[in-house]
Amino acid sequence: MEDLSEILKNHPFMKDLDENYLMQITGCASNVVYKEDEIIFREGDKAEKFYLIRTGKVALEINGRDKGNLRILTIGPGQILGWSWIVSPFKWHFEAHALEEVRAIALDGECLRNKCEDDPKMGYEMLKRFAHILEQRLQSTRMQLLDVYKRV
Amino acid sequence: MTENKSGFQQVDPMTPEAVKVKKIFWETEDVFTLELAHENDEKREFNYKPGQFNMLYAFGVGEAAISISSDSSKKSSLLHTIHKVGYVTNVLSKLKKGDIIGLRGPFGSAWPLEQNKGKDICIIAGGIGLAPLRPAIYHILKHRKHYGKVVILYGVRTPRDILYPVELELWRKKYDVEIEVTVDRSDSTWRGHVGVVTTLLNYVELNPEKTRAMVCGPEIMMKFAVDELKKTGLDEKGIYVSLERNMKCALGFCGHCQYGPSFVCKDGPVFSFSNVTDIFEIKEL
Amino acid sequence: MKTIDKSNLDKIISILKKDGYTVIGPTVKDGAIIYDEIESTGDLPIGMGDEQDAGTYRLTKRNDEAYFGYVVGPQSWKKFMFPQRLKMWDAQRNGKGFDINLPKAPPPRYAFLGVRACDLRAIFVQDKVFNNGTFADSYYNNVRKNIFIIAVNCTQSDGTCFCVSMKTGPKAKQGYDIALTEIINKNEHYFLLDEGTLKGSELASKLNFAKAGDAQIKAAASAIMAAEVNMKRTMNTAGIKDLLYNNHDHPIWTEIATRCLACANCTMVCPTCFCSNMEDTTDLTGDHAERWRRWDSCFSLDYSKVAGGSFRTSTKARYRQWMTHKLASWIDQFGTSGCVGCGRCITWCPVGIDITKEVENLRSSPKIKS
Repeated sequence: MEDLSEILKNHPFMKDLDENYLMQITGCASNVVYKEDEIIFREGDKAEKFYLIRTGKVALEINGRDKGNLRILTIGPGQILGWSWIVSPFKWHFEAHALEEVRAIALDGECLRNKCEDDPKMGYEMLKRFAHILEQRLQSTRMQLLDVYKRV
Repeated sequence: MTENKSGFQQVDPMTPEAVKVKKIFWETEDVFTLELAHENDEKREFNYKPGQFNMLYAFGVGEAAISISSDSSKKSSLLHTIHKVGYVTNVLSKLKKGDIIGLRGPFGSAWPLEQNKGKDICIIAGGIGLAPLRPAIYHILKHRKHYGKVVILYGVRTPRDILYPVELELWRKKYDVEIEVTVDRSDSTWRGHVGVVTTLLNYVELNPEKTRAMVCGPEIMMKFAVDELKKTGLDEKGIYVSLERNMKCALGFCGHCQYGPSFVCKDGPVFSFSNVTDIFEIKEL
Repeated sequence: MKTIDKSNLDKIISILKKDGYTVIGPTVKDGAIIYDEIESTGDLPIGMGDEQDAGTYRLTKRNDEAYFGYVVGPQSWKKFMFPQRLKMWDAQRNGKGFDINLPKAPPPRYAFLGVRACDLRAIFVQDKVFNNGTFADSYYNNVRKNIFIIAVNCTQSDGTCFCVSMKTGPKAKQGYDIALTEIINKNEHYFLLDEGTLKGSELASKLNFAKAGDAQIKAAASAIMAAEVNMKRTMNTAGIKDLLYNNHDHPIWTEIATRCLACANCTMVCPTCFCSNMEDTTDLTGDHAERWRRWDSCFSLDYSKVAGGSFRTSTKARYRQWMTHKLASWIDQFGTSGCVGCGRCITWCPVGIDITKEVENLRSSPKIKS
């Protein structure tokens, strides 16, 4: 079995991260596998983890009520699934399920939050990395909102 | 339009030539393709470069500037993939096999394919923007060994709006090419990517020194694509965009297509991004 | 250099007519001096002058019998090479197809009498537009190559002139077959004649001319100098391209848009504006189609329209496009400014927007590009 810290180190999200931080983060990590169509988390559930996707594709959906299930985004290898673990009240905004077999590293939110509280420098580093992801997600949501291919 | 030995056009470039509709078929709900051949002499050839456009004339109705979407090495007919959005394209959409329309062209600049031999190619298309890029894709795949890594990233509104799905599958199977397709919105039945086209850049590895990008789609989508390409380290000089402006004459006389100092009809539609970078963010230019 | 007495003017007109030219010259119509076909000097605006300022034009009566005692009117010569409305071709249905018929009439042969230096420059500017290195407009060039040009140097300037700033006048420097300078003093009314081409010399040789003396040459020079020193408007053109390119988001554009009506008058009277639109029509049977080209303006909303919408919806963006094109991007496109300093856009603007003042306004608070 591959060393967890090695896998973490090679994931784009952890690029150039301090070795010491990496060790601490590894303490909160576990290997997870989801089968095709398996639910990873549900809208409204407590956001206890986030995921570094290694292989496979995850769909994020929102329950559109009378509009059906709306797929907002798909997340694939090298990307991060979930940021609600870092923002109170730690609830998922979407449902996530595997579109194909998904292998990922799950990081325990509470474990990581505690370590960040203890080491604010590491906490800030994590926050910066998540801010980058949030910015990307916000930008692409804006672009989706523009509905650029809409016929007139 | 043919050129004589001294390089002058023999036919007045303002006068359309009659061409025959060989075939018309729907690609999606509102996008159709016209296959055109010379009216009386199907052996006569169409000479054009990938990225160029023609002015298509519907009798008595008017003209529309439409990019060419066929394989430029197959010269006996022309393909134009057209979004039914305006008056003229609406009339063109009702044509039948055997009908005659007018054609002027080809006009404008081409994708820089010869200049970038030996380079990696990243093609980013949005919506109908895949149509003007298809001739470039044909050329690259036909001369596959002249290029390094080839990546095609394609974004559309919904799974129903994907152009050329059969061909995309064929290219993926037959050639050494990475193809990723994403949609802006979908229901649960779609198994592919969801998210804007730039998210696809997360799934491919580009060598910024070796890669040349060719981008076509709505201008706002091209802005996002260029921003993301630049973040991966690509130089603006190696990013090419195809712009759309109002075109009436296609010769640089009518003025409508002016974009800063350029006439999109004759200096474009394909520009190196470095040539438009100073004006690309100016509102209402 | 020759001198001719004023009676030679009719001789010029009749020689040109005999040579098959349609002679176009200044004439009074609807309270303005316009350019139209003339039969003799009787059609010229003899003894008429004009008074111009921002948003103001009126004819005045002079106290002499000058033939060319005005400056410029609302029209320029462009309408003869680039008509407001031109049929490009018509087409007739033929089975499923159609046959296109190009206009068969031979291009008109024009002689222009009374071309001002600014307008001469404007013709030179449009020559570059309609032969852009990739394409040459056939109508424009077919008409243009036959034109006989008689320039008349300005000996006075009007309220909106600024040709000195644009280095285009008041003296015609090149591009004419003949250039005249009208001299009127107590006892004499004659023209100094300068030959610009062989064609011009040939015509001059048929006139009753005398060799110009030093005094006459000096009199003409000082008359032209009077036009120069009396010029009321100026435009500082130093670094003007960058001034406009670097100030696309200057507050001035918003301010101008509060006055500009987007009426397009400035583009219609401008001797270099070249934008056009294509109009396709059919008759009621649907079997006969025509294509017409007509003048268009960057001030119209449809001008920048594509399937998704218009690129320039605000008046602010349209005025900025016009002025930036005229004074800056024109230089990149054609190697020359698009402005010749004729002042028509100032005179004929219904709200008196003054391009020279707007350049000054930009200069007084430029946004420096970082």
